[in-house]
Amino acid sequence: MPDAAGLELIRGEIEADHAGAVLDTGFEHGRASLAIAPEQALAVLTWLRNSPGHEYGFLSSLHAADYLPAEPRFAVHYELLNRDRVERIRVKALLADPGEDSLPEIDSCCELFPTAEFQEREVFDFFGIVFRGHPDLRRILLPEDYVGWPQRRDFPVGGEPVTFTYNEKNYG
Amino acid sequence: MAEQLASEDRTSEVMTVNIGPHHPATHGVLRLVVDLEGEVVKDLKPVIGYVHTGIEKSCEDKSYWKVIPFVERMDYVSYFFQMEAFCGAVERLVELEIPERAKHLRVIFLELNRIHSHLVWLGTTALDLGAISMLWYCFRERDRILDLFEMAAGQRMHTRYFQVGGVIEDIPLGFERKLREFIAEMPVRVEQYQALLDRNEVFLSRTKNTGIVSRERLLELGVTGPLLRAAGEPWDLRKAFDYLAYPKFDFKIPVGTVGDNYDRYRVRVAEMVESTRIIEQALDGLPEGPFIADDRKYVLPPRSELSTSMESLIHHFKLVTEGYRVGPGEIYYAIESPRGELGCFVLADGSAKPARVHFRDPSFVNLQAFKDMSVDSYIADMICSLGMLDPILGGVDR
Repeated sequence: MPDAAGLELIRGEIEADHAGAVLDTGFEHGRASLAIAPEQALAVLTWLRNSPGHEYGFLSSLHAADYLPAEPRFAVHYELLNRDRVERIRVKALLADPGEDSLPEIDSCCELFPTAEFQEREVFDFFGIVFRGHPDLRRILLPEDYVGWPQRRDFPVGGEPVTFTYNEKNYG
Repeated sequence: MAEQLASEDRTSEVMTVNIGPHHPATHGVLRLVVDLEGEVVKDLKPVIGYVHTGIEKSCEDKSYWKVIPFVERMDYVSYFFQMEAFCGAVERLVELEIPERAKHLRVIFLELNRIHSHLVWLGTTALDLGAISMLWYCFRERDRILDLFEMAAGQRMHTRYFQVGGVIEDIPLGFERKLREFIAEMPVRVEQYQALLDRNEVFLSRTKNTGIVSRERLLELGVTGPLLRAAGEPWDLRKAFDYLAYPKFDFKIPVGTVGDNYDRYRVRVAEMVESTRIIEQALDGLPEGPFIADDRKYVLPPRSELSTSMESLIHHFKLVTEGYRVGPGEIYYAIESPRGELGCFVLADGSAKPARVHFRDPSFVNLQAFKDMSVDSYIADMICSLGMLDPILGGVDR
């Protein structure tokens, strides 16, 4: 893992190339994380993957989290790994909820990390985060006709009626 | 009309075939939409989600210690690994150090589970390839592992044996003897499996040079575990990262050379033998002492104290009713499961329930490589590749 000082150096280097990309750095439980602006997500990921001396070439995991009631509400997490130095770094792209019926959007990193294809579909499926440029952005685990984004924090647990004929008859 | 018929290319007609979701060769409820040209696979789309049960969502409504039985049921063949991923993540969030004895016990059960998982894989995959007797032999040894689990935890599967802070109970009297008998016998059994398969003409011709994907492509696709190692990349989180007691033990990482289905078989079989070596060392070096941490804020007090100590009773009551609170924070903790990198992401918001539990399941990610393995090969090789991929659909769908 890069330590706290190393993380600030990485932040400085990214800032030199992409001004305003890094919003915050975090270092907790021995794990480094970078909070970035979603517009620059692809630029930062490309930088971290290709810059000599960093080369985080392996995307271990891509997942999302809903930080309700914090603003911005969503974050897409990229767990990057440098396998030679055995170093992990977490990149969090913070996404605000545009409200109403529109969905938050971010660039897809499928070109950069082909492993993200299924995982971005999963994030879309459960959080309703749209990945621009994804080759095949459909629901992956839930049925195609499902309505709603169940992993959001304001989606109730058990809020889904079971469609037995008995229920239909008696409770409409 | 005749002209039209003549121009029609009847040899390259593409037919779309649906395989599954209920087909024994799909190892669960996996549906494959396959484009076939004759018997050659031209395109393939896995359709998943048939056993999605919303476990990650349900976890958000349970206190931390009640999450453990839930996550075990994701990848139902490697349940100890699911427990370790979750418990380890929470332990790192609350910065709870677990005792040495617990680390050793966890390693013993994880490695037993690895053998168990590989046995299920070997039995069912060999069955797909027509070697029916393999299933009985593998399940015979698997049953002995389940007996050991039952002896220690009371359950054969989904044991809830790992707890945040250590393990729930010490191993019982007589367990060590039974375990030593088993690990002494297991390498012999593995030799017997190899004697059955390694010179089997049908098995060899179906596995050798089929389903090859290059090392670089596998890394791009995020594939980990035996599939990656079979392609010649010695990447194993047990060696790379320092977790539990693994740095203390001497074991090897089996790797393949070609990356075909035969190498995948060889790597897994060799891993079973390495696992017995790890168990032996963990057992030899098993330290005395507590099997669970002594922090009463997170760990249930011993039963005997409840009738004598008011303090303990209060702690017990608080832990069972509300559970412990975990300060705000997030963690990603990854371990080497039988299928590759199993990561657990936990987001804590300061309450007694996790705000998000996510599993990076290796089967889910590895499944993306299935198309690369199968395109332009025969449909029979596709079935073989699927077996060698070893997806557990409970883990894929969660």
